[in-house]
Amino acid sequence: MPTFVYMTRCDGCGQCVDICPSDIMHMDSVVRRAYNIEPNMCWECYSCVKACPHNAIDVRGYADFAPLGHSVRVQRDEEKGVIAWRIIFRNGEKDMTLLAPITTKPWGQAIPQLADESEPSQEMRDSQHLFNEPKYIRLDDGGLHTLESNGLKLKAGVYY
Amino acid sequence: MAYKTIIEDGIDILVAGAGLGGTGAAFESRYWGKDKKIVVAEKANIDRSGAVAQGLYAINCYMGTRFGENNPEDHVRYARIDLMGMVREDLLFDMARHVDSTVHQFEEWGLPLMRNPKTGAYQREGRWQIMIHGESYKPIVAEAAKKSADKVFNRVCLTHLLMDESKPNRVAGAVGFNVRTGNYHVFKSKAVIVAAGGASNIYKPRSVGEGAGRVWYAPWSSGSAYGLLIGAGAKMTQMENRIVLARFKDGYGPVGAYFLHLKTYTQNCNGEEYESNWWPQLQEMVGKEYLDPEASSLTHRPIPTCLRNHALINEVNAGRGPIHMITMEAFQDPHLEEIGWHNFLGMTVGQAVLWAATDVDPKNENPELTTSEPYVMGSHATGCGAWCSGPEDISPPEYFWGYNRMTTVEGLFGAGDAAGGTPHAFSSGSFTEGRLAAKAACKYIDDGKAEGIRISDEQIEQRRAEIYKPMEHYRVYRNEITAGSVNPNYINPRQGLDRLQKLMDEYCGGVTVSYMTNDKLLHIGLKKMKVLEEDLEKIAAENIHELLRAWELKHRHLTSEAVMQHTLFRKETRWPGYYYRGDAMKVDDQNWHVLTVSRRDPETGEYTMEKAPCYHLVEA
Repeated sequence: MPTFVYMTRCDGCGQCVDICPSDIMHMDSVVRRAYNIEPNMCWECYSCVKACPHNAIDVRGYADFAPLGHSVRVQRDEEKGVIAWRIIFRNGEKDMTLLAPITTKPWGQAIPQLADESEPSQEMRDSQHLFNEPKYIRLDDGGLHTLESNGLKLKAGVYY
Repeated sequence: MAYKTIIEDGIDILVAGAGLGGTGAAFESRYWGKDKKIVVAEKANIDRSGAVAQGLYAINCYMGTRFGENNPEDHVRYARIDLMGMVREDLLFDMARHVDSTVHQFEEWGLPLMRNPKTGAYQREGRWQIMIHGESYKPIVAEAAKKSADKVFNRVCLTHLLMDESKPNRVAGAVGFNVRTGNYHVFKSKAVIVAAGGASNIYKPRSVGEGAGRVWYAPWSSGSAYGLLIGAGAKMTQMENRIVLARFKDGYGPVGAYFLHLKTYTQNCNGEEYESNWWPQLQEMVGKEYLDPEASSLTHRPIPTCLRNHALINEVNAGRGPIHMITMEAFQDPHLEEIGWHNFLGMTVGQAVLWAATDVDPKNENPELTTSEPYVMGSHATGCGAWCSGPEDISPPEYFWGYNRMTTVEGLFGAGDAAGGTPHAFSSGSFTEGRLAAKAACKYIDDGKAEGIRISDEQIEQRRAEIYKPMEHYRVYRNEITAGSVNPNYINPRQGLDRLQKLMDEYCGGVTVSYMTNDKLLHIGLKKMKVLEEDLEKIAAENIHELLRAWELKHRHLTSEAVMQHTLFRKETRWPGYYYRGDAMKVDDQNWHVLTVSRRDPETGEYTMEKAPCYHLVEA
């Protein structure tokens, strides 16, 4: 398919349309609910599945090699910073739940506002340093690598 | 058509594409250009776009210098041997010396990096890879870019770069259209950083029908990194260096963590180790310099990835397939089993779906491996991309024209898939390249190099007409037929894509010909490519979504033509396992220990090819 939308759960909010990287989740103009307009350009990336507030989107494995009857469901919780998976095999013999963290910091707080940082000096501009370097490279006094500092020499180009 | 023209003027830095490279560029631009207007244009939604949209379970490029693990020159040596000598060592060294600071920032921003409880260092998967819980990698870096940019235009697909009319060969912005509203967007900018995607789907995929989207690299990576640059007349390098991946069959699940961390290994259908059987024959072909299994086992010098592919391909062709990944041993450990599954869920959910659907439990059954169709990219383990200037403190004269990561078009910079000759950058390296390009772009503007840019209304109008032509073409001819998609006057984007894939597959060494091509095949291919180009002028788009696909196809076409031209020019099989020149099977260091560089004349479409010297920074 690979993604499809359950008619009774979708309320047409459009969050899947907003997030799909492949631009294939669209609104059906008659039933005003989302659907996958181009299954053969779907990567099964689950971005829409994770974004759907009603768990209305599911995935059925690609028809050219995946038999029916399996299930891989997901719940991504930004507030708790975790993602939960449940995988059920076609034969029902394996039923796994797996949990993983998605972030260690609350969203919207840990990333610096570079506009508020002090203006880089001319010396910084003329150097090879990027923002917060060399501090962030080693988190100690180590400087930036150059060819000389690493005892290297540029060998002549090979040009036939 | 009633689409509005929306002009964004006075931009200093336009970031084209906001995957990992673009987010890095947007973030860093703000620091060096506090007063500058920074704008991002992304064809999807920046929160989930680019190759990392789905997530990543590992950061594949981290030196660990602070833990005494590697120095930048070690990474140069590694990438050099993996690509059989052909890399831009100045760009690689430069990326490698900065990449750790990028990764340390990611951790501070909240990306969960795993740590080794014994050493306190990041949990290594391999010498260059560290393990992360990276399902939300992209949203985290997107947040950084959104905080830095003045404006982020989501759902704007850039189709062309604008050129300055007061000075030849200088960039002046870009144009494209909004895939939701259809509006025409014009970005007038002093500098442009192209950080768009490499090319999936230019070769016929192994999957068919509904499953055609199950490719290894994201199907939305449509070669815009190359289409935009080639269209503007930038010089390209290493376009022949496409990659073929050994992956779990059908799902294309990654094997890195399996090999490196879970210590799984491969066998042929008879349960035998097969790789080493192919080394003597292969050594004849590539020389001991590139394949010395004895030295490899003593020094941790890797055997180039393409050569391992060669062994797999030939073993299967010899009738001893399938190749199995031996997972049954490792998966008896519940901890390793969990890692094995998380590895897919964090970056290739489709593989988990496949195993659940086919009742393949890797704990009880060894799954099959296969090789993928080829891909063209500059950020994974291949170095396709623009011929860019290197950093001033490292680069030799042939590699240096003033601004780090600037292409041969003034004011036009490349990062990620767009920067050529810099393989093994992966996600963290692409972000770092974006940062480097951003600093250089700010300097370029501060030096007054972008003064007096002029863009005529004529240029803008001409591009507008060109962009919407597929919709116009559809409108004019659709009523000539009753219904359906068969029309004597046009093809639709899917039909065009099928044709491109068939062409590339059969004439430029795809899966169905076992990655084999030669001079004759390439000449036929190039001829057909030109005819396809003519037909692409008649492509029809029924709606805005199809217009997006039409332009993606045009970018893929430009990319493909460059791949053919480069493959024809390099008369040797430099990377057996990625492709073979049947008429020049041996590596020919005497004539071809060089980088290949091309330029397509934007006016005539003619290609000029040249060789560029390959400099080595360090002893092997």
